[in-house]
Amino acid sequence: MQNEWTGFQPGRWSNSVNVRDFIQHNYTPYDGDESFLAGPTSATVKLWDEVMELSKKEREAGGVLDMDTKIVSTITSHGPGYIDKEYEQIVGLQTDKPFKRSLQPFGGIRMAQNACKEYGYEVDPEVVKIFTDYRKTHNQGVFDVYTPEMRLARKSAIITGLPDAYGRGRIIGDYRRVALYGIDWLIEDKKHQLATSLVRMTSKNIRLREELSEQIRALEDLKKLGEIYGFDISKPAANAKEAIQWLYFGYLAAVKEQNGAAMSLGRTSTFLDIYIERDLKAGLITEEQAQEYIDHFIMKLRMVRFARTPEYNALFSGDPTWVTESIGGIGIDGRHMVTKNSFRYLHTLENLGTAPEPNMTVLWSTRLPRKFKEYCAKMSIKTSSIQYENDDLMRPVHGDDYAIACCVSSMRVGKEMQFFGARANLAKCLLYAINGGVDERLKIQVGPKYRPVEGDYLDYDDVMAKYDDMMEWLAGLYVNTLNVIHYMHDKYAYEKVQMALHDRDVKRYFATGIAGLSVVADSLSAIKYAKVKVIRDEDGIVTDYQVEGDFPKYGNNDDRVDSIAVNIVRTFMDKIRKHHTYRDGFPTMSILTITSNVVYGKKTGNTPDGRRMGEPLAPGANPMHCRDTHGAAASLASVAKLPFRHAQDGISNTFSIVPGALGKSDQLFTGELDLDRMLEEEQ
Amino acid sequence: MKGYIHSTESFGTVDGPGIRYVVFLQGCPMRCQYCHNPDTWEFGKGTPTEASEILADVLRYRSFMKQGGITVTGGEPLAQIEFVTELFTLAKAEGIHTCIDSSGIMFRNSAEYLAKLDPLLALTDLVMLDIKHINPDTHKILTGHTNEGILAFARYLADKGTDVWIRHVVVPGVTDREADLLELGRFLGGLSNIKALDILPYHTMGIEKYRRLNIPYPLKGVPAASTDDALRAKKLILRGMKETRATKKQN
Repeated sequence: MQNEWTGFQPGRWSNSVNVRDFIQHNYTPYDGDESFLAGPTSATVKLWDEVMELSKKEREAGGVLDMDTKIVSTITSHGPGYIDKEYEQIVGLQTDKPFKRSLQPFGGIRMAQNACKEYGYEVDPEVVKIFTDYRKTHNQGVFDVYTPEMRLARKSAIITGLPDAYGRGRIIGDYRRVALYGIDWLIEDKKHQLATSLVRMTSKNIRLREELSEQIRALEDLKKLGEIYGFDISKPAANAKEAIQWLYFGYLAAVKEQNGAAMSLGRTSTFLDIYIERDLKAGLITEEQAQEYIDHFIMKLRMVRFARTPEYNALFSGDPTWVTESIGGIGIDGRHMVTKNSFRYLHTLENLGTAPEPNMTVLWSTRLPRKFKEYCAKMSIKTSSIQYENDDLMRPVHGDDYAIACCVSSMRVGKEMQFFGARANLAKCLLYAINGGVDERLKIQVGPKYRPVEGDYLDYDDVMAKYDDMMEWLAGLYVNTLNVIHYMHDKYAYEKVQMALHDRDVKRYFATGIAGLSVVADSLSAIKYAKVKVIRDEDGIVTDYQVEGDFPKYGNNDDRVDSIAVNIVRTFMDKIRKHHTYRDGFPTMSILTITSNVVYGKKTGNTPDGRRMGEPLAPGANPMHCRDTHGAAASLASVAKLPFRHAQDGISNTFSIVPGALGKSDQLFTGELDLDRMLEEEQ
Repeated sequence: MKGYIHSTESFGTVDGPGIRYVVFLQGCPMRCQYCHNPDTWEFGKGTPTEASEILADVLRYRSFMKQGGITVTGGEPLAQIEFVTELFTLAKAEGIHTCIDSSGIMFRNSAEYLAKLDPLLALTDLVMLDIKHINPDTHKILTGHTNEGILAFARYLADKGTDVWIRHVVVPGVTDREADLLELGRFLGGLSNIKALDILPYHTMGIEKYRRLNIPYPLKGVPAASTDDALRAKKLILRGMKETRATKKQN
């Protein structure tokens, strides 16, 4: 055993890279409450004040404080950067200054230029020349291959949000490996992988060997990144502080290299708890110090910034980084995986105040310890900053060492990754079915020229048959467009360091997504249960609908319409499954738009459910706004009918409720035990 | 049998313990000035629905109801006592926690009425009793009825040992007089079955409903109560309860 592992229970993890095995052998489940937690130290308060000051300046400067226009961001591109060096327990910034956005042109030089231009900066002409004349980018590769049909579908936004002009993200490096094994071990492991890879030079094997070599180089760079900050991370972390620091270097290298749509962290809290417990037991640190390390680590995660274009910000309503951290869950041996560090992570919402990043995601199970559930509820009410995901649903698929990328995409850390694929607008697809492939807004032929609906009223069977055909077309076009994107992303903007923190043979999810599910379900319900009259423009294109009578609406636990939604999900997923996917990716689908539903709605004409042109689609799998009239449980029950098997990349439901509707305030309501106690107190 | 249903709510969290399926019955004889559901007043309206239909719908939400159950409110649930009895018979057969949210206005201390009430109480886990005002005269002005029957109902529930949550709405200038609150507390202190006290600050969100229904709003100009108002009221009621209990102990 390595010296740094003294005190750890050995296992398979001690001989080969196996973080899950390490966690299972060494973590300490915690059933208690939050009373052990420590408040912020004076150093934390000071640092956070400085960060808040910088955030303020950033806002005042129009959203961007500073941009790098000359140095192309790589793992080792910048010297060390600090907020206030002597106070920082955990160090490392994306560039040499806090909030200075890095220059990342590998996805596309024009995107980098536009992002700079928007904020009054200009990319160095030399860099522009290099990435225009000498070094091809992902974006250029994609557009070299796109067919005219793909370009049209992109323009009309029936397929939308495609990662062809920005980093696809949604890959989670197993950053814990850096702490547990140190870089030298990981390099040796990768070298072994390369040495044992096939030498029959098919394009598949050539690509693998090239990627492994890239990964090894990235690990060497990661080691240098440690050196830049004065750390030797070639060896395993020897204590809690180092473990957090080593892990963070892994993550930092990823965000220096990639401007991905979601740069998620993984499942780190229980892993790190093992180191903290060891140090606490040995009397090396106090709870205050443990919390300080976590606070400073989370602080860094909150400071991740990317240079993005206005279009990107419009799509995602801001520039989220989706630093998702998955907390809790249940182990497959039946023990829950909540540790004291799960509390410490959530406690940062108090010590540093609330924030959307990192995206704290609790893997919820009915079997989580009661005290932790209560703490989560308390923190949710207090901060509205916690995301919940159903561990009982995902554990059977992924086991107990998976994490969430972005907001719902689940994958086993270091063993599975995904090709993120944005989404197909199924509401628009329905309009294409009605209009024979003519776009209702652009008034041009985008889809195949099938026969449009005839007559004044929509007939359910007729529309369904046409819709099925149109979905068939859309699924094929969509998957093929994604094939182009991921081929080029691998080729020109490969996630070297993130993939270096994966096994060699990873499972690749080929993630697709749909938007507009509730609009489609309600529209089809209107056609089936009410009468929908079509209104055509002068060219005979249906541009509006008149609904006569009432119809069941998705979100009320009414099977008549909920079954339509279920059917659409299954049908479209089955159509996706028919197609070849790049690198034999395992096809999945999400129902997920959390913010982009607004932009998608803008680009979608009037729909047969009575929704007006430009109105937002509902987010994710949500019912349409104000149409769920039977209370929250009915609304949730409708969403819960959607089959996870056919939407394995996740189903999101954005649930808003005023605190007063969630229960009584304990100030005004005096319940069972309290009443006796209060009466006694008065006596 | 069929009941007249105003509406149902699948996620009630303020009408009894846990997450509850709430059935709003149509029709109420009271005309409380601060009522925020005037649309449930009129009898003979609503959707006639079989108790079994309601229960079938309730069962679809069982997985949400760990600590919760079903609450029948209104309107006045005891105005449709046979229907509620049938519904609760079905609910208890499924092991579902049952709760009635009532004003107690229907109570009669007659053999004939008790013959109907007792079977229902046997199926009822909790009664939420809304005592509008302790003073009979003010009660009459506030609701159109005197409170004698209501207080008798409260005593009857205590005799029966049915668990009761007391609700009281604090309306500035109407139900917040110190003497009245103390008196209410003294009355409650004499009851042994009170499990919780739920003080509700009056709010003005009902005004819009009155406007839509073309009913003049009786509490025009009365401001909403603050949390502090409600806390003060709670303290006074508790003090009253304590007084009675102390006297009892001495005796």
